[in-house]
Amino acid sequence: MSATTAMEVNAEARRILAVSISKLYASRTQRGGLRLHRSLLLSMVMRSARDIYHSSRECEGPSDAQPTQEEPMDTSSSLEEQTGLPEPVQPEPQPALNSTELPPEEPDSAEEDSDSEITEDKENLSPRRQSRKRRGKVSAAPDFLPSKRARLEPGEERYAAPLGSCRAGAGESLTALSLNRVIPAF
Amino acid sequence: MIAKFSHAADIISTVEFNHSGELLATGDKGGRVVIFQQEPESKSQPQCRGEYNVYSTFQSHEPEFDYLKSLEIEEKINKIRWLPQKNAAQFLLSTNDKTIKLWKISERDKRPEGYNLKEEDGRYRDFNTVTTLRVPVFRPMDLMVEASPRRVFANAHTYHINSISVNSDCETYLSADDLRINLWNLEITDRSFNIVDIKPANMEELTEVITAAEFHPNQCNTFVYSSSKGTIRLCDMRASALCDKHAKMFEEPEDPNNRSFFSEIISSISDVKFSHSGRYMMTRDYLSVKIWDLNMESRPVETYQVHEYLRSKLCSLYENDCIFDKFECCWNGNDSVVMTGSYNNFFRMFDRGYRQDVTLEASRENSKPRSVLKPRKVSTGGKRKKDEISVDSLDFNKKILHTAWHPLDNIIAVATTNNLYIFQEKLN
Repeated sequence: MSATTAMEVNAEARRILAVSISKLYASRTQRGGLRLHRSLLLSMVMRSARDIYHSSRECEGPSDAQPTQEEPMDTSSSLEEQTGLPEPVQPEPQPALNSTELPPEEPDSAEEDSDSEITEDKENLSPRRQSRKRRGKVSAAPDFLPSKRARLEPGEERYAAPLGSCRAGAGESLTALSLNRVIPAF
Repeated sequence: MIAKFSHAADIISTVEFNHSGELLATGDKGGRVVIFQQEPESKSQPQCRGEYNVYSTFQSHEPEFDYLKSLEIEEKINKIRWLPQKNAAQFLLSTNDKTIKLWKISERDKRPEGYNLKEEDGRYRDFNTVTTLRVPVFRPMDLMVEASPRRVFANAHTYHINSISVNSDCETYLSADDLRINLWNLEITDRSFNIVDIKPANMEELTEVITAAEFHPNQCNTFVYSSSKGTIRLCDMRASALCDKHAKMFEEPEDPNNRSFFSEIISSISDVKFSHSGRYMMTRDYLSVKIWDLNMESRPVETYQVHEYLRSKLCSLYENDCIFDKFECCWNGNDSVVMTGSYNNFFRMFDRGYRQDVTLEASRENSKPRSVLKPRKVSTGGKRKKDEISVDSLDFNKKILHTAWHPLDNIIAVATTNNLYIFQEKLN
């Protein structure tokens, strides 16, 4: 994939992500409550967009990656930490909550050491480091959003997303977490 | 011939003919049901079937509030299904997101007169003035159509109801929401049996939801349900009480060339309908209509592209929410033609036998009463021919989601956003 095409795909993926997130938010205030089907489809689109964003970032190479790092954080950081776009993947995956294998399309991950030192890689933090606390203003949710956690149905337990989820490895946790938030009304 | 009616600024959300085709029910976003009745054929024009006029209007559902979840429950009628007629009265089931109601529609064209103790206006007579005794008699009156709720089936669905289907046994029916399907007895409102439950133990693992469900037209033990992943499962209620294990699963492998961000959304099935014969079923996803032979699970026997020109526009359709539109589909009486809606008030018919298809438009401007509908065409190539409309000129706010076909005759009902169009086949 050429650099230009990768950038276009990258931009497209980011745009779709931003659109999806705003739709998710709009659906919260919809009459009749959150629609499960719609929420599910939105989260699937977000997942696809994020996966493609990942793979296009890999194809771009490390030099291109840097300027665009901050932007994705800004668009999504206004919402929730967990739905923010992930930074470049760490070369060795930490024993994270949820990813156990590297996606096949990341052979150049060794080169991204320098980049990942600068910015925090949220999804691959080990469980004890990863905190749900809102850090600072940038990643804080706006005041008008409720900060409560998803409601559970009787009999359900709140626990981390399962290990060994194999689809696109690194991205899986964010989808799982965002789905939990996406379907709070039930 | 066309008859047009408009609901007072309320969006039509469902359209359904009854089993004889004499009655046509529509439900709208305001919770109202309007029933149209076909006038008997006029003797002067025997070839011209009667027009449909308003027969009854009633408020089926009201908005409600779920205090526990702080959620408003919309009064919009999601589906109407008629029961086969057994006596003079007509019965239909109507449902919103949470509650199903059985309505009895009956006619009153006579009233008793000549009571001994009451005046005609209902006031009680002074007993001292009663000197004779008479038998009250029935006298004709202006036809009055009354709708009364006979059963209310509530509190059985956590998620939003998308389908109801009356069983061929005429005693039971099913209702389906995003994750569960319940079986009801039409007489019993305080109990229903859960026959399908696809809710995962951990909601974070949710990957698909139920989008539609229907009973087989002849086999009272068989029903199907479609999913957001584009699969259809056929279940046999004789196998076990909980039909989580399907008897058959119908799925077509995805074409890898068509993969995009939106592949999952457009493969989600929005409607499933058995053919009248019961041999086939039809599914509608965003871009196509597929006919499945119940004997073959691996792929559909026929696929019809409804508006393939939209495939390159999926991103815009996602942004304006149109990609989430749920189109319905229907069979004609002898299962030879299928019909479904599209945008710009277009609807499409596919003749399975002759392998022909046609695009027609339901609009005031383009159709006068008693005129023949002109076929429409969307130009997909570079050069736009005369009378063709380009994809970019299509009005995506004008969508036909609900269509119905008379069970016996070539009469169709097509609902645009606010209007109902009824078209009949021109007979010479």
